[in-house]
Amino acid sequence: MKNIITSSIAMLVILIGFTSCNKGNNSGGKSGALASNVAERVYVAPGEYDSHYAFLSGGYSGNVTVYGLPSGRMFKEIPVFSQFPTSGYGYSEETKPMLNTSHGFIPWGDAHHPDISQSKGELDGRWLFINENNTPRIARLSLTTFETEEIIEVPNSAGNHSSSFVTENTEYVVAGTRFSVPIPQRDMPIKDYKGNFQGALSFISVAPETGNMDIKFQILMPGFNYDLSHPGRGKSHGWFFFTTYNTEEASTLLEVNASQNDKDFIAAINWKKIEDYVNNGGGTMIPANYAHNVYDDETHTATSTMKKEVRVVNPIDVPGAVYFIPTPKSPHGCDVDPSGEYIVGNGKLSANLTVHSFTKMLDAIEKEKFAGEAYGIPILNFEDVLAGVVEQPGLGPLHTEFDGKGNAYTTFFISSEVVKWKLGTWEVIDRKPTYYSVGHLTIPGGNSGKPQGKYMFAMNKITKDRYLPTGPEMEHSAQLYDISGDKMELLLDFPTHGEPHYAAAMEASIIKEQSQKIYKLADNKHPYAAKSDADTKVVREGKEVHIYLTTIRSHFSPDNIEGIKVGDKVYFHVTNLEQDFDVPHGFAVIGQNNSELLVMPGQTKTSVWEPKQVGVWPFYCTDFCSALHQEMQGYIRVSAADSDTPIKWSLGEDIE
Amino acid sequence: MKKASIIMIIGSLLLLGLFKFPLWNIMLGAPQYPDPLGMNIYIDGIKGVSEFDLQNIDGLNHYIGMKTIPKAGEMWEFSMFPKVIFGMALLGIIIGVLGFLDKVSYKFFLGWFILMSVLGILGMYDFNNWLVDYGGNLDPHAIIKVTNPDGSPMSYKPPLIGFKKLLNFDVTSLPHTGGYLMFVGMSLTLVAFWLGRKTSVKKTT
Repeated sequence: MKNIITSSIAMLVILIGFTSCNKGNNSGGKSGALASNVAERVYVAPGEYDSHYAFLSGGYSGNVTVYGLPSGRMFKEIPVFSQFPTSGYGYSEETKPMLNTSHGFIPWGDAHHPDISQSKGELDGRWLFINENNTPRIARLSLTTFETEEIIEVPNSAGNHSSSFVTENTEYVVAGTRFSVPIPQRDMPIKDYKGNFQGALSFISVAPETGNMDIKFQILMPGFNYDLSHPGRGKSHGWFFFTTYNTEEASTLLEVNASQNDKDFIAAINWKKIEDYVNNGGGTMIPANYAHNVYDDETHTATSTMKKEVRVVNPIDVPGAVYFIPTPKSPHGCDVDPSGEYIVGNGKLSANLTVHSFTKMLDAIEKEKFAGEAYGIPILNFEDVLAGVVEQPGLGPLHTEFDGKGNAYTTFFISSEVVKWKLGTWEVIDRKPTYYSVGHLTIPGGNSGKPQGKYMFAMNKITKDRYLPTGPEMEHSAQLYDISGDKMELLLDFPTHGEPHYAAAMEASIIKEQSQKIYKLADNKHPYAAKSDADTKVVREGKEVHIYLTTIRSHFSPDNIEGIKVGDKVYFHVTNLEQDFDVPHGFAVIGQNNSELLVMPGQTKTSVWEPKQVGVWPFYCTDFCSALHQEMQGYIRVSAADSDTPIKWSLGEDIE
Repeated sequence: MKKASIIMIIGSLLLLGLFKFPLWNIMLGAPQYPDPLGMNIYIDGIKGVSEFDLQNIDGLNHYIGMKTIPKAGEMWEFSMFPKVIFGMALLGIIIGVLGFLDKVSYKFFLGWFILMSVLGILGMYDFNNWLVDYGGNLDPHAIIKVTNPDGSPMSYKPPLIGFKKLLNFDVTSLPHTGGYLMFVGMSLTLVAFWLGRKTSVKKTT
């Protein structure tokens, strides 16, 4: 009797144990209750490193945020298209040129799709590219310094959405226009859109060593909206695919008017063919006006150059280079699987998911089986190119990524879920709710020939709950899934900054080793750098005063400055003499109309200050730098405009 | 005796390793320095283990009023030590060669060892004095003054050899490659002496 009681109690305990485990983690049951300790799988102990970097676009924040996976910890926000008072990016004299455009200085951007550079179809961790949608631009970030190094404006483009994806050896980064516009821009009635507007697809070459970008050519396409794109890879390397919507060429109430056609197109571009054509002198140089901004790591200074022309190509001049593949219905994402064979066109208003075959496409082209043409561009038959259809997988498919194991993962905005399906058989294997309205998803390396299919994260568009409320506006959210097993397992929710559209992610090992920790003072070629306290000085040039200032724990040199007058333009050139990892110094002066600076070790940054009032004004270090940080301060004396106070500077003179 | 002389020559030659490798190493680690700071002491000067370690050690030390780490020209030792080491290596080789030619007895090997030991001890004594001065002779204007429980000013002298806790820093001071080569070389000269003695005793009996 006693035995029976004991064993039933034991059974009961075991049962409770199992049920509570199942409740807690909702695992797919793949590897049993004991192996599914979710918290442990995202926990990165203090002092340990995450296995992956994730670079999330900030959408309307204009920036990129760096996250660790699997912890979901945000490590850094990298300013790209938006001014960033945290560091002075876009406020300092050196970085203002980065935000120069043909429309003048633009202090913000709408950053969408980051993509990591590739070599032989694999992520190489050298650079990150990201597009700006509103004022079409592409930026290149160094993954050594985690700084924005280059921004090129894209002329003839409007709504730079179908970018910035790179070819498998980073030969090109593309910038396809979302909005078609008159090219060249001119004053004309909007109702004359049809047949008169054009869409520019820009191919920007990337120099293999420096990464420097240059617009090699633009293809002037019919006036559709070019939504997203992906390069071919492997067998389809040399091709690029762009989804379109509004093949109706409507200009008003697109919600309805651009949703009339049962099928829109995926534009398949044989860029190698066009490259050959261009290399042989094809295309036309037309006047254009666009900014090319390059940041130099040694002068710590950006320069902005206005370019005056661009090469354009009319697709009908290059026969066999451009084709249209009919795709239902208003396709959004355009994703190519790691082998390069399958092109997934996610018709966001379609009930099914359409997958095209590259091989079939080539075959149809060879047999010249065309359904017709649009503006001289051959249209292929839907059935001839179709590889398969995933039947009724969900509602509102947006984007697809691949795990390298023959599976694809598609987000569904309307039904708020990620659906896993198998390439080739087109069967749905698994589905998991996202709890939010999901947008893009990312698998590390998922946009390359070699995905690292351990994790997948979905980025969400509408974040109703799941966190403590913070008023009407909340940050967006991402959800991390383990996809190493047959079933997806939700591991973690983590908030994201801005509105993350796409993200690029890769294993940390490559980037971590090459990450630069300081700037070497010896390599600092900034024209106004003071590389030691002996180089500090104050120089008046008419109404401009240049102050060569140094910072080191815990003082400025000089810290007493006199002889400045109301109406002067005072340039504080601040050089950080530290050569120690993560010891920036800040600089702020009272009444500054731009921003403080955060100067990295070995770096020089310049802030302009225009004193309007007579007085003795303090400046100080904004970044807590040492036990004596609070003492890291100085005074600048401002005299009346007509005074004859001589220029004078000192440090430590009245001690003893 | 020939074997002993060759060992004597090899032992003396090992001293020359000090011209390439550091004699001593001092590492300073702390929780907020996951990559510890360190200095390598060569016979002709002090270098950081990583490129900017010296600058960063000086930066930390200025709070407590320590002098900056001396440059090569700022200490007579750094011009004298290379001469002494070179001279002793040369002397050892000459003694070894003479021993090989049976011009001198094995006792010279011991003589060399004793001389080298005396010089070594003097060197260590000098090094320790420098450490005492470096760690204790602090700027009276130092911004942080820490006292021992008895009220006397705290010394930041790193250990001559071994481990010591200085405030939050773990300081480890140990010989480095050049130093080990020197110790091995000196031991070899003792071996040479012992071998020389053995063969000589054999001969006489």
